[in-house]
Amino acid sequence: MTVLVNSETRVLVQGITGSQGQLHTRGCKDYGTNIVSGVTPGKGGQDFEGVPIFNTVKQAVEATGANATMIFVPPPFAADAIIEAAAVKIPLIVAITEGVPVQDMVRAINYVKRQGVRLIGPNCPGVITPGECKIGIMPGSIHQPGKIGVVSRSGTLTYEAVGQLSGVGLGQSTCIGIGGDPVNGTNFIDCLRMFQDDPGTEAIVMIGEIGGDAEEKAAAFVKDYVTKPIVSFIAGQTAPPGRRMGHAGAIISGGKGTAAEKMAALQDAGIHVVPTPADIGEKMVEVLKK
Amino acid sequence: MKIHEYQAKQILAKYGVTIPRGKVAFTVDEAVSASEELGTEICVVKAQIHAGGRGKGGGVKVSKGLEAVRTNAEQIIGMQLVTHQTGPKGQQVERVLVEEGIDIKKELYVSLLVDRGFQQVVMLASTEGGMDIEQVAANTPEKILKVAIDPTIGMRPYQATELAYGLEIDKINPKLIRPAAALFQGLYEAFVNEDCSLVEINPLVLTGDGRVIALDSKITIDDNALFRHKDTLALRDLDEEDPSETEASDNDLNYIRLDGSIGCMVNGAGLAMGTMDIIKACGGEPANFLDVGGGSTQERVELAFRLISSDPHVKCILINIFGGIVRCDMVAAGVVAAIKNVDLKVPVVVRLEGTNAAEAHQIVNDSGLGSRLRMADGLRDAAEKAVAAVA
Repeated sequence: MTVLVNSETRVLVQGITGSQGQLHTRGCKDYGTNIVSGVTPGKGGQDFEGVPIFNTVKQAVEATGANATMIFVPPPFAADAIIEAAAVKIPLIVAITEGVPVQDMVRAINYVKRQGVRLIGPNCPGVITPGECKIGIMPGSIHQPGKIGVVSRSGTLTYEAVGQLSGVGLGQSTCIGIGGDPVNGTNFIDCLRMFQDDPGTEAIVMIGEIGGDAEEKAAAFVKDYVTKPIVSFIAGQTAPPGRRMGHAGAIISGGKGTAAEKMAALQDAGIHVVPTPADIGEKMVEVLKK
Repeated sequence: MKIHEYQAKQILAKYGVTIPRGKVAFTVDEAVSASEELGTEICVVKAQIHAGGRGKGGGVKVSKGLEAVRTNAEQIIGMQLVTHQTGPKGQQVERVLVEEGIDIKKELYVSLLVDRGFQQVVMLASTEGGMDIEQVAANTPEKILKVAIDPTIGMRPYQATELAYGLEIDKINPKLIRPAAALFQGLYEAFVNEDCSLVEINPLVLTGDGRVIALDSKITIDDNALFRHKDTLALRDLDEEDPSETEASDNDLNYIRLDGSIGCMVNGAGLAMGTMDIIKACGGEPANFLDVGGGSTQERVELAFRLISSDPHVKCILINIFGGIVRCDMVAAGVVAAIKNVDLKVPVVVRLEGTNAAEAHQIVNDSGLGSRLRMADGLRDAAEKAVAAVA
């Protein structure tokens, strides 16, 4: 068992002919993902390395039965691409694009919720179920099939955690990058619920960072709902207040959203919080021995 | 992107928000003639810097008569204004806003931002105007009113009216409910149309002569939306930025200077923060945050080296690249070339994760850079080597 994606997932790529779209479509195909179609308006009827291209998402879904989409459309048009996918109710929309205006996301997410579909991202590395399906830009080779669910606001920091897990022989059920933007489609709670409910997941790694209160809310949820062990790291313990640390959402404002507050809330919920990102793998080994 | 108060007010005025009459001045003479034009007995001279807390720092002066305007403008223009937001160095004042004096009857607070929890635009308001709103939120949260706005139908007139009554504006002057509500809707229009991430009016004032005026205004524009606001982009004030941070952002690098001695070059924002954290945990202090992004090409590495080493406190540079897909040997070759080109004086510790790590080690060993370039195994080893290098 896994969450969100598996070997049955049929993936559409929006923005398949852009440089990022091409690069990562190839990467996902090489990993074994079932890429069934692509969309680039004006290039319908052509193909990208054997993947048929359509002018609209509706045409692509009707012709190829895609049930997930991966979006590489540039920021000015990314929200519209999300809305186009939600309009035809593609159940899983993974938006990789970084730099989408936040108010575009406010409007898009409002619509996505009404359509009852799931959006992951934007500004995220994507989702991977090792050995089955990779929708995103993460390096597939560092992953191994297994029983640890991983959820994170960061890209490369997730790779760091996954690399350590695989290094100590702990494979992953599914890894979800929820993205570094302040307004995103899927939050920690959504993912923690999925992992708790998934019989194929034994333990969870949760990687947060400064800014907002998603980690505090997740901690409250964990107290009520999650019984599986969780190892967590919060990035930005040394970040100065008032500065945006790369991610649009990573900012301590008005003294709120500090790493210390988040770590305390997580610890209070019984989560194993590690002080540095180098401790994630070893800590998980230790927790699972108990 | 932050803009100045007078620029924010000019934008808000387009949306029907009442602002005090006033004019920006870059010299003392301009300030005096602006005051003459206003023709009011009392004028306020306000330093225009992005940081808040200007009044307490001596950057806002009420002036009675032209001579007072001159004296105050002389004091403020060119001063190094220190507030709780500028840091101890302060910010040099290049311009002032000269405004008519206002007969203040009541000070209120109102702001708009995108609320992460609601995933909507939220208007916050309070009867505690003119105060530090974070203090109000911490001490008396019940005094902050919150209105979440559905993006599909916008701010409804009833919401604006409800808020005006919630602020008990009718108790001051019942005739002001309607103009206050109109102002709230104008603020929301401005927030959406101009792609703001923050609009803050503190204080919003009710005047003795029956007006509702935005006495102060702060606007931050969403950087991600600047591509569709070329006019606003022209309001960027480079004097407010650290020159190396400006150079970085112009080259799509995310660089933030800090106080420590270990320079960091990392791909990805989360890992960059995590790298700073582990440096600290190992007993060191990070000198900066720097996300070089996905393409760690030789040119970008060189630029990053130049930015980091322009900070005289840097005694060692730690490079942490978790590529996975990227080839370590290519990054290593780029790093070796960049060190030679930039003529770097401080040692570099490099940790590379990805394909061809063995070849990368070989390139580092063969580089002839000796102890100036050290290869690390894993994140902790990298942090420990960097901390040892500055000890």
